[in-house]
Amino acid sequence: MLRIEHLSKTYRTGDTALSDVSLEVPKGQILGLIGPSGAGKSTLIRCINRLVEPSAGAVWLGDVNLVTLGKAELRRQRRRIGMIFQEYALVERLTVMENVLSGRLGYVSFWRSFTRRFPPQDIQRAFALLDRVGLLDHADKRADALSGGQRQRVGIARALAQDPELLLVDEPTASLDPKTSRQIMRLLTEICAERGLPAIVNIHDVPLAQQFMQRIVGLRAGRIVFDGPPEALTHEVLTRIYGEEDWNAMKRGDEEQARAEAEARERMEALAQ
Amino acid sequence: MSPIAYPTSWRRPPQIIRDRRWRIAVQLGILVYLALAVSTVEVNWARVYEGLDRGWNFVLGFLRPDFTSRWTDIAKGLTESLTMTLTSTVVGVAISLPIGIGAARNLAPRPVYYLCRGIIAVSRALQEVIVAIFLVAMFGFGPFAGFLTLSFATIGFLSKLLAEDIEDIDAGQVEAIRATGASWAQVVNYAVQPQVMPRLIGLSLYRLDINFRESAVIGIVGAGGIGATLNTAIDRYEYDSAGAILLIIIAIVMVAEYGSSHLRKYLQ
Repeated sequence: MLRIEHLSKTYRTGDTALSDVSLEVPKGQILGLIGPSGAGKSTLIRCINRLVEPSAGAVWLGDVNLVTLGKAELRRQRRRIGMIFQEYALVERLTVMENVLSGRLGYVSFWRSFTRRFPPQDIQRAFALLDRVGLLDHADKRADALSGGQRQRVGIARALAQDPELLLVDEPTASLDPKTSRQIMRLLTEICAERGLPAIVNIHDVPLAQQFMQRIVGLRAGRIVFDGPPEALTHEVLTRIYGEEDWNAMKRGDEEQARAEAEARERMEALAQ
Repeated sequence: MSPIAYPTSWRRPPQIIRDRRWRIAVQLGILVYLALAVSTVEVNWARVYEGLDRGWNFVLGFLRPDFTSRWTDIAKGLTESLTMTLTSTVVGVAISLPIGIGAARNLAPRPVYYLCRGIIAVSRALQEVIVAIFLVAMFGFGPFAGFLTLSFATIGFLSKLLAEDIEDIDAGQVEAIRATGASWAQVVNYAVQPQVMPRLIGLSLYRLDINFRESAVIGIVGAGGIGATLNTAIDRYEYDSAGAILLIIIAIVMVAEYGSSHLRKYLQ
């Protein structure tokens, strides 16, 4: 589905963010990208839809090489790639509905989008997506009136409105509390499973990655230093990715989060009764 | 366990000029220059004393403003000024939008950016009165020259502030809209416009009252409006009518000031 070949990125400042990264993501796979700050996670996913221009290498989405595309064709191909952001990146002063419909911008003419007259099936789809993420009642609210978790769900609906073949997810839970984080991750993984969508998820929270990801790729200083199932993330591997750390302290944090998770589960069960 | 002797005093280190001698030299230099500059200003105290009388007449005119005897002239000047103000603001804002967008580093390609910044620099460098004198020479006396002057001045003011506002927007929202495959125009409409709209409206209203005040000034050099009426009144030594005109200008500026600040608060 997605094949990244020998991708490199050197910024104009001379900083090398990625060097020779090759990666393949099959259909339906949810891949977690972990690594310390500055390892190149954000750069990597932004090189895929070319919000950041790669310096060398190829990115194949199906049988299209995204790196060599011209401007107009790049816009057409971007429609196939949905993106979800760390700080939600909703347009705060627009309504929830406009934010979701903005996922259709690549499909409609300027005048249609300017006058907010989207095709009926787009509007129907937008309502269906808002229903799916549980925000049907909030369609007419302004995006800045929502809570963090709700905003991220609008972000998910916007990405899905594109009818994408691939999701790029940049630190989806970094601005959320632990419980909301888990709800968002669960929603994301469910939606990917429903649609057979592959996703690349940048995530700095290792326990969360282990819990929700099918595959983990560890990035350090712009190179892939680990690629395997979450179970294979041992102390030794984490040290290779993040360098020496007090992993026991982190483990205590894990237990704390496991308790939060258990509590959340109990509550959900209580609600179900 | 002997405690470390931490110092008990601390002074902020000098930030700009590190060297103490240089610092003193620069401060002394500024003082000397200021003293010399003040000593070269020539004041003719005798002339000031004579002028006091005329100034007092002016103040008396204020105290006994005469709205009636020149009312037709005043009304005509006012209508001209208000028309000039409104039309020049609308036209100026309309032209400022594309130039402001073009002058935003994060939206426009380099050549367009430099071109638009150039237009802004020219518009800001030429003061209203100078432009008005030039345009009056070109188009003759009257409000048309004033309208053009104010439109021209509005472009420099509004484009610059709009461009700066666009450069300060949250790039994340732009990135998100760009990632959906939106075109440049769609990015401007969906990600930029909602972020700058309240400020754009605020600035336009602010410019509206600047333009009214300026219309009084450029009228003095022949660009029509209430300024021309004011100038005529002063030339005829009709300080009571001049006082009335100034009071009307002050009242309108105050109404515009409170009205626009109220409206801006409502829009936020």
